[in-house]
Amino acid sequence: MLKIWSMKKEQQKAENAAEGTAATAPKKKKVTAAQLRVQKDLSELSLGSTMSTEFPDPDNILSFILYIEPDEGMYKGGRFSFSFNITPSFPHEPPKVLCREKIYHPNIDLEGKVCLNILREDWKPVLNLNAVIVGLQFLFLEPNASDPLNKEAAEDLRNHREGFKRNVRQAMQGGNVRGETYQRVLV
Amino acid sequence: MASSEVHPGSEPSRWAYLDRVRTRPGPFTNPDMFNAEGVVAAMEKMKVLVIGAGGLGCELLKNLALSGFKNIHVIDMDTIDISNLNRQFLFRQADVGSSKAEVAARFVEKRVKGVKITPHNNKIQDFDEDFYMQFQLVVCGLDSIEARRWINATLVNMVDEDVEDSYKPLIDGGTEGFKGQARVIIPTVTSCIECQLDMHAPRAAVPLCTLASIPRQPEHCIEWAHVIAWDQEKPFPQLDKDDPEHITWLYQKALLRAREFNIPGVTYSLTQGVVKNIIPAIAATNSVIAAACCNEALKIASNCAPFLGLPDDNYMMYSGNDSIYTYTFRHEKKDDCPVCGQLARDLPVDPAWTLRELVDSFAARPEAQLKKPSVRGEGKTLYMQSPASLEAQTRPNLDKTLAELGLEDGQEIGVTDPAFATVVFKFRLRFKQ
Repeated sequence: MLKIWSMKKEQQKAENAAEGTAATAPKKKKVTAAQLRVQKDLSELSLGSTMSTEFPDPDNILSFILYIEPDEGMYKGGRFSFSFNITPSFPHEPPKVLCREKIYHPNIDLEGKVCLNILREDWKPVLNLNAVIVGLQFLFLEPNASDPLNKEAAEDLRNHREGFKRNVRQAMQGGNVRGETYQRVLV
Repeated sequence: MASSEVHPGSEPSRWAYLDRVRTRPGPFTNPDMFNAEGVVAAMEKMKVLVIGAGGLGCELLKNLALSGFKNIHVIDMDTIDISNLNRQFLFRQADVGSSKAEVAARFVEKRVKGVKITPHNNKIQDFDEDFYMQFQLVVCGLDSIEARRWINATLVNMVDEDVEDSYKPLIDGGTEGFKGQARVIIPTVTSCIECQLDMHAPRAAVPLCTLASIPRQPEHCIEWAHVIAWDQEKPFPQLDKDDPEHITWLYQKALLRAREFNIPGVTYSLTQGVVKNIIPAIAATNSVIAAACCNEALKIASNCAPFLGLPDDNYMMYSGNDSIYTYTFRHEKKDDCPVCGQLARDLPVDPAWTLRELVDSFAARPEAQLKKPSVRGEGKTLYMQSPASLEAQTRPNLDKTLAELGLEDGQEIGVTDPAFATVVFKFRLRFKQ
């Protein structure tokens, strides 16, 4: 490479002398890898009728809100929202997802943290936003008692499913379950 | 190590063995590229950039200086911590708190006569392409993936097919405990760091539910204190991982939780390690990897022997976990790599076009033929076909002209289409006058 370089140096000197102003081109704005990937993921999104998005700033696609309105299962009739925050390290790092309401769910804690394997330990760069969204939707259809974040809710689900269902209704109406007041999420 | 004076008698003979290696061809030397007479002078003129003056960086600077490079720049934003001194051998106790780049540069300059090392106590992001353009070789001893991706993307973007000097070989070393790697990247020619992202084993994360319900290891208790208890109680407004008071708080919380579940082993230093994600650095691994990197630098600069990268192998992995093992292979370039996969193509446009005209033009372009293109520029969403809310928000843009949308000559745009799941198109707008 050394030889090529020294040759190139000579050439360049000649070129620079000839062109003069070419070096002062304006700073070009380039699209970052993370943004391009998010753009691709968003344009492939299949949300169906139960989900919608909201972008507080359409120019910043790394931050948005996802709404889910389950049309079957125990959480039917509720409207739940999740904030998505994507770092410049995406897709090397998973998106940061939080549930914005205080809800009664075995896999979502009272601060909104979500226990979904692909949001943490099983995230891989080949996964996309659609996979995350399908995963969130699934949590409302099949709450999982064996991976609890809200231990009381998980116990209820495991031990008396009917009671759990009643608690879900109660909580979704903004009621009180086991001493915790939940947020009303019914539409 | 008390005296840092060079024995005057050692100076002339110091380079004797190096010169035997770099000025004489070996069995694998390519005679077309090797020039015995010019090697020394060319290497002395060459400017090399070292990124990072930590564990690997100290080794690299010392090795490069002793390999005949005379003009070296080093960038590091960190200051010296007392815990660095066991392996970052250019630093002494009195240097604690000083800039790593400055102390390292001064030390090597003093010990190796004739070498000039320019320190930069900065982040790599503080410099622009003009700065990176002055070097012929970049050697990285970094500890973060983000920084690697940044410099990789910068060097790939700097490539101008018509200018050979715009190809800056990137030599990247990395270590973690007993494992390490050395690789060479010729931007846009060979597989880049972004292509190789899957080579980084992700941090072994523990399921949140395990932390919340059934911790089994002391690390689980610490992570619980860090991820869950901190958020619930917010003892300080912002967690500062370098503040002993904050670490102590986490340690106490973790200890209580460990007692509750009968888990032994939570200590203050483990808490610090888990929270700061510290993997013990092994000095020997650093020296093996830095030696491999410097060897590549010497070969690229002198052509005395074939180097990693072209045409075949470009990646050397090293493992010292169970005796010693290394394996060298070729990591293939990824066609759909978002950084080096497709470089932006020039797209002649009229600034008076509406965005709709631009979007429609993608359907007609033979290399694209897109039916539902979504278009974005950096920091500016022009038109997205999906999801529905974003489509509605960006639809008014369709009737505006490119100039009205603030697009500039030379600006890059990204174009995606669900019909081409793996392809992303990048275009550089060229305004017709």
